Amino acid sequence: MNHLPLIIKREYLTKVRNKSFIVMTILSPIIMIALISLVAYLSALNNDKVRTIAVLDQSGLVKDVFKNTEHTSYNLLSNMSLTDAKRLVKETNASGLLYVEELKDVDAVSTHIKFYSEESPSLSLISDLETQVEHKLTDIKLQQNGVNVGMINASKVQVTISQESFTGEKSSKMDSIMKLFFGGAAGYLLFMFIIIYGNMIMRSVIEEKTSRIIEVIISSVKPIQLMLGKIIGTSLAGITQFIIWIFIGGLLITILSVVFGVETQTPQQELVNQAMANPELGMQVQDVVTAFYNLPLTNLVIAFILFFVSGYLLYSSFYAAIGAAVDNETDTQQFMLPIIMPLMLAVYIGFFTVIEDPHGTVSLVFSFLPLTSPVVMLMRIPFGVPLWQQLLSLAILIGTFMFTVWFAAKIYRVGILMYGKKPSYKELMKWIKY
Amino acid sequence: MSNLLEVNQVSKSFGNFKALNNASITVPKGSIFGLLGPNGAGKTTLIRIINQITMPDSGTVRLDGDLLNPAHIKDIGYLPEERGLYKTMKVGEQALYLAQLKGLTKAEAKERLAYWFERLEIGDWWNKKIQELSKGMAQKIQFVVTVLHQPKLLIFDEPFSGFDPINANLIKDEILRLRENGATVIFSTHRMESVEELCDDIALIHKSNKILDGKLVDIKRQYKINTFEVGIKTFDNEALQRELSQKFEVSVANFKTLEDELKLNIKLSNGSKPNDLLSFLTTKGEVSHFVELIPSVNDIFIETVKNN
Repeated sequence: MNHLPLIIKREYLTKVRNKSFIVMTILSPIIMIALISLVAYLSALNNDKVRTIAVLDQSGLVKDVFKNTEHTSYNLLSNMSLTDAKRLVKETNASGLLYVEELKDVDAVSTHIKFYSEESPSLSLISDLETQVEHKLTDIKLQQNGVNVGMINASKVQVTISQESFTGEKSSKMDSIMKLFFGGAAGYLLFMFIIIYGNMIMRSVIEEKTSRIIEVIISSVKPIQLMLGKIIGTSLAGITQFIIWIFIGGLLITILSVVFGVETQTPQQELVNQAMANPELGMQVQDVVTAFYNLPLTNLVIAFILFFVSGYLLYSSFYAAIGAAVDNETDTQQFMLPIIMPLMLAVYIGFFTVIEDPHGTVSLVFSFLPLTSPVVMLMRIPFGVPLWQQLLSLAILIGTFMFTVWFAAKIYRVGILMYGKKPSYKELMKWIKY
Repeated sequence: MSNLLEVNQVSKSFGNFKALNNASITVPKGSIFGLLGPNGAGKTTLIRIINQITMPDSGTVRLDGDLLNPAHIKDIGYLPEERGLYKTMKVGEQALYLAQLKGLTKAEAKERLAYWFERLEIGDWWNKKIQELSKGMAQKIQFVVTVLHQPKLLIFDEPFSGFDPINANLIKDEILRLRENGATVIFSTHRMESVEELCDDIALIHKSNKILDGKLVDIKRQYKINTFEVGIKTFDNEALQRELSQKFEVSVANFKTLEDELKLNIKLSNGSKPNDLLSFLTTKGEVSHFVELIPSVNDIFIETVKNN
């Protein structure tokens, strides 16, 4: 008798009807968006504040370089002593005082500039001031040495290298960014999915053990059917949750942008408008679009589905086996590490090595190792991976997946009927032989 | 076929531990079969093998003549000792799910559940969650789920634990009624008085081996010690006791009666009949109590386990 659909249905419905599941499904995107809005609001608040910087230039060389900007206004002081200037700055609550000593030699001035302030200034402020003064002093020195500054500025050249493969496919820097984005998103999504819903599967197995219903169930169905039913049912609930998250998230963003009067035009329109206004940006928009179409899209989608499903099933069978081996959640710790480690490794390799060198030895090896291949391969594919490599990796993954499901089912079958003691790894190996 | 279940030379090991060693039992059709044994003897392993939860290392199990196969799942109803229900699921939903796992269609399951819920007067629990019910209430649901698919073989492991005497009696009557309707029952328990009351056949498992089995009456006959409990009113107790001691094996008995009399256990020697003893006694005084001492299942259990 095939009870798989029945089990999947029950697992799915109990998960979806669970109160905390519903609350999380609705609340998570709201909290996320609220946090993002809060951060955006706070940083906007920060940016709105105009800081005043007093400048006391006794050398007279640089005082005319400071131009007021949106966030910074400069207050040029003159005809006063340093002590007076400091006092004045304190009284007017300005952010700080830039002081240039009264020297005529440019080299001497460059080492005798000071910034006084109550609190230590931000790194960006100092480097900003440094750049401005540097430019001015360089120009002065160039002029002193008889060089025409205008000529130098006019002779500056900007270079863009356009890329093309041997077969004639054009690509740009934007392509790499696009590849990175899609690869990273796919890998990270899988990682998150495994952690969230793997845990959910594990808890659901433990629940069956602690409520002691398990023996009744497996007198009716084969343990492997129950295990697969649990994994599939929980995953479907997970996919449902993901879809709702995307939907609510999208809805909230739309509502927020309407309510807060942010431009209601769609990003595409906005991009087009900007492109019209700024020809250089127009090039970029075009780049994004071509970069998107330059991605191996069909390959990406098919590989995503295959690697995502097999990778997820591989890990979730481990989670199910762990759930079966223990009596309560606190005992799961010792078994979690071997699962989390390869997963973390895969994500780190993905974000550091694959980005640096998508076809290097490290990327290559880890895109074949079954525990890391789903994440690493998904990140590599946008950069173009030969079909044989993808197929080989997938074959290894599916082979391992079959083995782990068999292995997990063995542990599961024995574990679900074991109560009371916390099993060791040695004991788990013994269960395989039962 | 007169036997519903035939377990033949079944062995099962877990690592180095032998849980069952060439155990064989036969359960006659329509009987109530008591599966007895101390804790850890191998009863649960045997029951799990019959339920196809565990596979035996060697030996065969036949149900109604056929070797055990997955199709038999719907022919067996099993109430395990370690039992429970999904705590957050509603009673009705849960019962439907478990019934469907046993191969009933949803409509069939609904109809039969309605019947049983009415019968056990638990109809208004349908939409309650298990966590809202008491232990005894949950046990009732489990009982219903076990018998709902009308299996040929019912296996109850400690079915009365958790029930108050009234409900225990109710369940006992239901078990007897199911037997009358043709079901065969395997009954595993440590409560010897229920074995005494219900079982036709028993098997005793000790340290992975079956050490005793057969019809309960046969076993009792086998274990009987030809001893009678006697109460007699006489003028000279000591003289009578002395006289009896010459003919029989006599010891002082301890039982409760309303009269103040001489109480003795008298064992008949080989060849003598109860009537010989009785007619001798009637000449000596007024016999107020004359009962053959039949060994209880409890006694047989303890004695057999000790001797092995």
